Amino acid sequence: MIKTDSLSYSYGTEKKIQFSDLTIQTGEQFLLLGESGSGKTTLLHLLGGLLKSQQGSIEVNGTDITKLSESGLDRFRGQHYGFIFQRNHLIGALSVERNLLMAPFLAGLKQNLGRVEEVLSQLGIAEKRRSRIQDLSLGQAQRVAIARAVLNKPSVILADEPTSALDDKNCDRVSDLLLSLADKNKATLIIATHDQRLKDKVKNLIHL
Amino acid sequence: MNLLSLVISYLKARPLNTLLNILLLSLGIAVITILLLFSNQLKEKITDNTKGIDLVVGAKGSPLQLILCNVFHIDFPTGNIKLNEAERLSKHRLVKSAIPLALGDSYQNFRIVGTNRAYAELYKAELASGEWWSDDLEVVVGSTVAELLKLKVGDTFKSAHGLSKEGHAHEETPFVVKGILKSTHGVLDNLILTNVSSIWKVHNHDEVAITERVIANPSPLVPTVEEGDSTKEITALLIKYRNPIAAIQLPRYINGQTGMQAASPAFEAARLFSILGVGVEALTGFAYVLIFISALSIFIALYNSLKERQYDLAIMRSMGASRSKLFIATQLEGITLTLFGSLIGLAMGHGVLYLFTALVEESGKTGIIAWVFYMEEMYLLAGSLVLGILCSLLPSFQAYRTDIHKVLAGN
Repeated sequence: MIKTDSLSYSYGTEKKIQFSDLTIQTGEQFLLLGESGSGKTTLLHLLGGLLKSQQGSIEVNGTDITKLSESGLDRFRGQHYGFIFQRNHLIGALSVERNLLMAPFLAGLKQNLGRVEEVLSQLGIAEKRRSRIQDLSLGQAQRVAIARAVLNKPSVILADEPTSALDDKNCDRVSDLLLSLADKNKATLIIATHDQRLKDKVKNLIHL
Repeated sequence: MNLLSLVISYLKARPLNTLLNILLLSLGIAVITILLLFSNQLKEKITDNTKGIDLVVGAKGSPLQLILCNVFHIDFPTGNIKLNEAERLSKHRLVKSAIPLALGDSYQNFRIVGTNRAYAELYKAELASGEWWSDDLEVVVGSTVAELLKLKVGDTFKSAHGLSKEGHAHEETPFVVKGILKSTHGVLDNLILTNVSSIWKVHNHDEVAITERVIANPSPLVPTVEEGDSTKEITALLIKYRNPIAAIQLPRYINGQTGMQAASPAFEAARLFSILGVGVEALTGFAYVLIFISALSIFIALYNSLKERQYDLAIMRSMGASRSKLFIATQLEGITLTLFGSLIGLAMGHGVLYLFTALVEESGKTGIIAWVFYMEEMYLLAGSLVLGILCSLLPSFQAYRTDIHKVLAGN
């Protein structure tokens, strides 16, 4: 469960964004909509503990993450979150499989090759396990990024414009996979986007 | 997955850059290693070979030449000294022992040294086969000589006049090999030892049957002749002091009061080393320049790649990596490069020296070997570790300070 209370964020001294209070139950799927510059990414990063120095509190699975120390927050992120970004940000020096293994390694969890295979086949790219990142298509790469985000079975998946760089066909496929995988793992999913194509797929909307 | 395999993957992703950095560093380390091996072994050889010799007395000339000729057997003699003068000196109260040396002949570039058994005992030489010489024209050969010239006990050979191959052969007076020495890892390995009168014999063809005369009062240096013989000459006398006062008084006495010259092997060796030292220092300086450039190159490579990798770093943070983990990963990358570089450099240094000793025949005479290891090499490794830490320090801080939000928000 995610709960925010009088959350706001200041850019410098002048610009300040006040976010309305949110309560999201475990397993719910939300679409975070708004124009560019409306603070979608800021809110998503605040919720994900990627950005600090805000006013208000954010409670995730019973922990107020604004009270965590820097390293405590690192650990918390590794164990509770999965992130997906507009660009896949896979590590080019590593193969698909080793990119995925980074998730449990950095989170301090057990590295399980069976789990890697399972997730990759759920996403229909099992044969790409040993491929280099450079040899993947955009859609495939984004699916690998999704695989990496769900590998540790996180309770919260945060996605920032996950489909904006994809064409209609890939957008459809990737978003369907993301939604069904989040469902299967009983993870709370929040997608920040201005991509209108996703509107019909998610019923809970938050407008900024 | 672990940090090391991540770091190695990063290095493999830029193969040319990695190769260049490792090569630059290893060249520098290799040069230092070769110099280290050379000068350390040379120093050891010099101390080994001068052990037990406090003073060398010979004809006037260059003191360095006197030492090089009579201790290391590389330069030519300065001339001869009268046997009776040498006898007088050997009885001096400050002289504990004196060993005569008579040079002038060689066989296949290896020197024949006329001396006595004390000379072999000086280097604790032992026979590998055969026995010591007992009569004129009998020789005992050093291990390298025996090995390279394939000499066995009982073989005979004709010596050549002079210390190089070109000298004319002494046809009438062949030497016979009586014994072969075990290796002493010193000059003795490259020498052919005989008694002093053998050397006289091959040079004075007309003089017959000296040994058959009855010697009433044998010379303390060469027992086969009468003491006080004014016609006989030797090349040098190796002297051991009776007490420390001798070190002050004896050289002054010899150089001032006699027609001979005295030179201290320790002093001349140190002087020689300081002359060689200039060259060694120049080369070492060059090696350090190489190492500095490689450090700079590693720094630049890391610094640039960190810019390309800022997304990697941010995403790793989002997956739970702490700041210090990224710091360590970047440090590890620098250290891996320098450690590889220096290990390859050390191997290269020993390898090059091995090739040198294997391919250059003359180098065998110096007795320098490739497969010895010195403590200094451990220092080189430790130093390269520090170098790795230093040149990845700034990039590591960059990695440490990665702002996840700024990078991932796209500006």
